Amino acid sequence: MSTTIAPVTQPSRVVMAAADTIDVAGRNLRNLWRTPQAMVFATVQPVIFVLLFRFAFGGAIHVPGVSYVNYLMPGIFAQAVTFGAIGTAVGLSADLKSGLLTRFRTLPMARIAVLGGRTLADLARNVVVVTVMTGVGFAVGFRVHHGAAGLLAALGLVTVFAYALSWSFVALGLRVSDPEAAQAAGVPVMFLLVFTSDAFVPLRSMPGWLQVIGAHQPVTALVNAARSLTLGGPARSDVIASLAWTTGMLLVFAALAARTYRHMGR
Amino acid sequence: MTSPAISVARLRKCYGDVVALDGVGFEVVEGSVLGLLGPNGSGKTTAVSILSTALRADSGQASVCGFDVRTQGAAVRRVIGFAGQFAAVDANLTGRENLALIGRLSRLPRVVARDRASELLDSFGLTPAADRLVRTYSGGMRRRLDVAAALVHRPPVLFLDEPTTGLDPDSRFALWETIRQLVGSGTTVLLTTQYLEEADALAGQVVILESGRVVDVGTPAELKARIGAVVFRLGFADDIAAVQAEHVLAAAGFSPERDAGAIRVSSANGSGALVCVLRALEGVAPDPASVRVDEPTLDDVFLALTGHVTTPDEQPAEARLGAA
Repeated sequence: MSTTIAPVTQPSRVVMAAADTIDVAGRNLRNLWRTPQAMVFATVQPVIFVLLFRFAFGGAIHVPGVSYVNYLMPGIFAQAVTFGAIGTAVGLSADLKSGLLTRFRTLPMARIAVLGGRTLADLARNVVVVTVMTGVGFAVGFRVHHGAAGLLAALGLVTVFAYALSWSFVALGLRVSDPEAAQAAGVPVMFLLVFTSDAFVPLRSMPGWLQVIGAHQPVTALVNAARSLTLGGPARSDVIASLAWTTGMLLVFAALAARTYRHMGR
Repeated sequence: MTSPAISVARLRKCYGDVVALDGVGFEVVEGSVLGLLGPNGSGKTTAVSILSTALRADSGQASVCGFDVRTQGAAVRRVIGFAGQFAAVDANLTGRENLALIGRLSRLPRVVARDRASELLDSFGLTPAADRLVRTYSGGMRRRLDVAAALVHRPPVLFLDEPTTGLDPDSRFALWETIRQLVGSGTTVLLTTQYLEEADALAGQVVILESGRVVDVGTPAELKARIGAVVFRLGFADDIAAVQAEHVLAAAGFSPERDAGAIRVSSANGSGALVCVLRALEGVAPDPASVRVDEPTLDDVFLALTGHVTTPDEQPAEARLGAA
């Protein structure tokens, strides 16, 4: 057959998949940057939450033995990245609806890059969000007791947790047909995760049955670990618990998302 | 020697209880245009989606440039370009960024992708809008960008799923011209359309789909000839002359239908029968003042084959990716 095949550069598959992932991530970040409401949602809203809980609600919440702002900040990091994960599902289902994912499926690119690029962009976004919030936190009185290393470790835990969580929202976004449905399905999950955890108030203040739920979920594990790393005290077991949740979520949801994407055309 | 660039046999696909494709088969010769013609829900989009590896068939065979779409998907994706029914471009990127991204993801080196983007923007008349965000584009501009995106890596086989649906006539004709040029340079095109005129204008072969089945195959001319009737319209100076001619033609074995001073005669034997009609009249009836020959349109073909005409305004009923 006298067809001319398109020029193909042939490095290894892994290198090509990585390059595709970076290209898709770049596209998603540009998209975020150019969608003002998404930018506001990603950056301004977390800052408003910090200020609200620090000044509006904080006065009414007493946590024994610790100033509320120091108690709050690890919780609000977890809240911000969890709320932000909705954007993953919404963005992906929008691409599904617009037909862009169909186009990507017909390109000679690495298929996993569509999902990998989405979560990589969200990782970058979360690094920015967490950095901005840390600055705002320090400005309103947040102080750490394990030094910069403790703080960086806490922020690292928050970021890897966010990465795992965004894979779960990829799995969600691929299963709903439009952005509104993604939002409707994601918001309750996100609220339940955040507000049954001890992100804002101690579990002890909740009824017994809710304490049981709150004590056995990933946001609580994350917040506890981040608190141990910033407030002081033994951190090891909390960090291990949080990393276990994160690893488990990542493995389960990345596999689920990849499987859903692979089976989408069947 | 021409081998089929696209080959499809006994293709089946169901969405739950809905049978989208029910044993479809056809071949597209390299360097030709095949028009897949049918109303909404007839299975056109499903067929193209399977061939472009976006969708997987339940059973049957399909290959593109000799590569099996099921087992050699990656190879198929290197030789195809795909432009769907919905302009699948990123509204928050510029036209140039869209094409460069598609180029990169089609494995073109960065510099090549950038040059190719400029080249395509130019040939699709999008250079003035190249650095504007696509969300500011008109529907026609988006569609042109979408087709341009399908051409970035110079694929030898092109799938166009209703490429001109919703376009204004000018954009439509411009796109037809582009498609003709591509075919002229050797590209194989599989085009779905519900515009009969479009299949007639572009396609060498037409496959008519109805409810997931092939109901007829042929060149536009063959299809029209098959259901036959060329219509002759004879105009006479007055009603009296027409009545006279009507009697003569009826006596000669034709089936004339008269409406005032005009007579309509249909012929199953093509337009050559006009000579017989005129010869029958010669010397025994007044000569007609005017003669018109109406060839059947593909609309007539469609009506004859499926019992209804296409209605382009219906909402697409075909299941899309992820909807199943």
